Amino acid sequence: MLKNVQTLERTINSELSSKIKNSILENDELLIEINFQDLIEVVQFLKSNEKCKFRQLIDIAGVDYPDEEKRFQLVYLFLSHENNLRIKILLKFESNQTIISLTKIFPSANWMEREVFDMYGIKFKNHPDLRRILTDYGFKGHPLRKDFPLTGFNEVRYSEKEKKVIYEPVKLEQNYRNFDFESPWEGTDYLKQVKNAEKDGKKN
Amino acid sequence: MQKKMVKKTKSLNLNFGPQHPAAHGVLRLILELDGEVVEKADPHIGLLHRGTEKLIEQKTYTQALPYFDRLDYVAPMNQEHAFALAAEKLLKIEVPIRAKFIRVIFCEIGRILSHILNVTTQALDVGALTPSLWGFEERETLMTFYERASGSRLHANYFRTGGVHQDIPIKLVEDIEKFCRTFPKIIDDLEGLLTDNRIFKQRNVEIGIVSKQEALDHSFSGVMLRGSGVPWDLRRSQPYEIYKDLDFKIPVGKNGDCYDRYLCRIEEMRESVKIILQCIEKLPKGPVKSIDGKISPPKRDDLKQSMEALIHHFKLFTEGYRVPKGNVYTAVEAPKGEFGVYLISDGSNKPYRCKIRAPGFSHLQAMDYLIRGHMLADVPAVLGSLDIVFGEVDR
Repeated sequence: MLKNVQTLERTINSELSSKIKNSILENDELLIEINFQDLIEVVQFLKSNEKCKFRQLIDIAGVDYPDEEKRFQLVYLFLSHENNLRIKILLKFESNQTIISLTKIFPSANWMEREVFDMYGIKFKNHPDLRRILTDYGFKGHPLRKDFPLTGFNEVRYSEKEKKVIYEPVKLEQNYRNFDFESPWEGTDYLKQVKNAEKDGKKN
Repeated sequence: MQKKMVKKTKSLNLNFGPQHPAAHGVLRLILELDGEVVEKADPHIGLLHRGTEKLIEQKTYTQALPYFDRLDYVAPMNQEHAFALAAEKLLKIEVPIRAKFIRVIFCEIGRILSHILNVTTQALDVGALTPSLWGFEERETLMTFYERASGSRLHANYFRTGGVHQDIPIKLVEDIEKFCRTFPKIIDDLEGLLTDNRIFKQRNVEIGIVSKQEALDHSFSGVMLRGSGVPWDLRRSQPYEIYKDLDFKIPVGKNGDCYDRYLCRIEEMRESVKIILQCIEKLPKGPVKSIDGKISPPKRDDLKQSMEALIHHFKLFTEGYRVPKGNVYTAVEAPKGEFGVYLISDGSNKPYRCKIRAPGFSHLQAMDYLIRGHMLADVPAVLGSLDIVFGEVDR
């Protein structure tokens, strides 16, 4: 039995030391970064190890950082009922990379991976049925990528002339306006911290 | 000789939905049938997909909150709660004690709202009309409570980061208490109609059985998990707000079938009533939102008097507040199960990424495995007991 996140971090670091690239303990939550090649082994360990028992996959979240070399990130959230603990597994990889599917270990990964595929275009190896899930039939593009416009490309309407539902390119009376309200609003501590952190980052 | 006698059969493909009253929204279910036995079910979802996560990335934290009302529109405030908690965790701010009590009261009202809808429509799906007529009257009363607190029956936008939008009047507290005194009688009436009803039992007992292990493997949560005998409730195991000071029971099922899940929901409604009564009894006085002027908007009166309040107000409703860099996952026990928000902030006034974990998504995913080998007529019964609302499944 593990008592808290700190002991969990220690256990995982000692037992999986070669696989772990980075482990961050923030806001009482543990985030472990691993190589995407090691995913299956690490997840298998987390699920079956007597101490960990992370037997539930809660969710898979994709994240897009278009400016970074390793563009995509995947965050796997796990929950252990026995220990009452959560853990996050982070993968970073380039946009053309294929990730191994978790459907063999967690059947519920099926739709979650389909959703990531739909939203980000990340492909999964050995997935039984990698189709789009949330978007329309015949949809093109991957909407949650940062370079996908908020208004999309196509709009749908019922055409009285053709007596059917038709797809047309989006026509807007006015372009989508994204106001930049951000201004250096001095005063609070965390803002100063953010600024200092940025300055430090530039120096390095 | 034997070979010639075998007749080749083809399975029948049936399109269930997208417009079907028992689909509880817009679900297209493609069923492969062998006679009346379901061989395979392939749910097509996304017909109500509105791109909530994409929209949230473009909005400030204050503007992002109302999107959560539109997820599970049967219990809106429970969803807001998860997002408010996530933002508060990143901002590292405390919520005033009175706000915590108000939040719990309205979360439990949401739970009752959702469970009434589910129990009665499940009964409707298997042929009983009366429960829904009785139940919906109570839902209307509950929604007027929502309205009196927030101004709207459904899209409340009431739980703000740092507390709740406005304090609730004493008269409302009294009325909620009055409701809690009379509501258990209504639950008894509903139970009288359903619990021992022969038809209801025939349609639900030993239908859609989920074992403990399968419930874990399929990422079930909430009643779907408890119905199969796993005593897991986030209000108890990872308590947020004031749940650890409250006295309530967690009903757990035995067989993991549709009937047990129905019983769990009925019991949870009774527990919710108890929780609300305890909260009303202990309800302290004080502020209902964080006093940090950089996060919660100033009072109306102050706006007329104080320059600082005016500046705060202006900045909050244009730029919004900035949230420190970091990522956080918070989950609440929504009526349907674990509703979670995974929030990544890049230090600006808009979330960089907001992943919404909807319980219904995993539950609906298991539809194929739950319904395989059952009769066609069991499809609505199983679907009803999953407690699906498409607002949250499709996001």
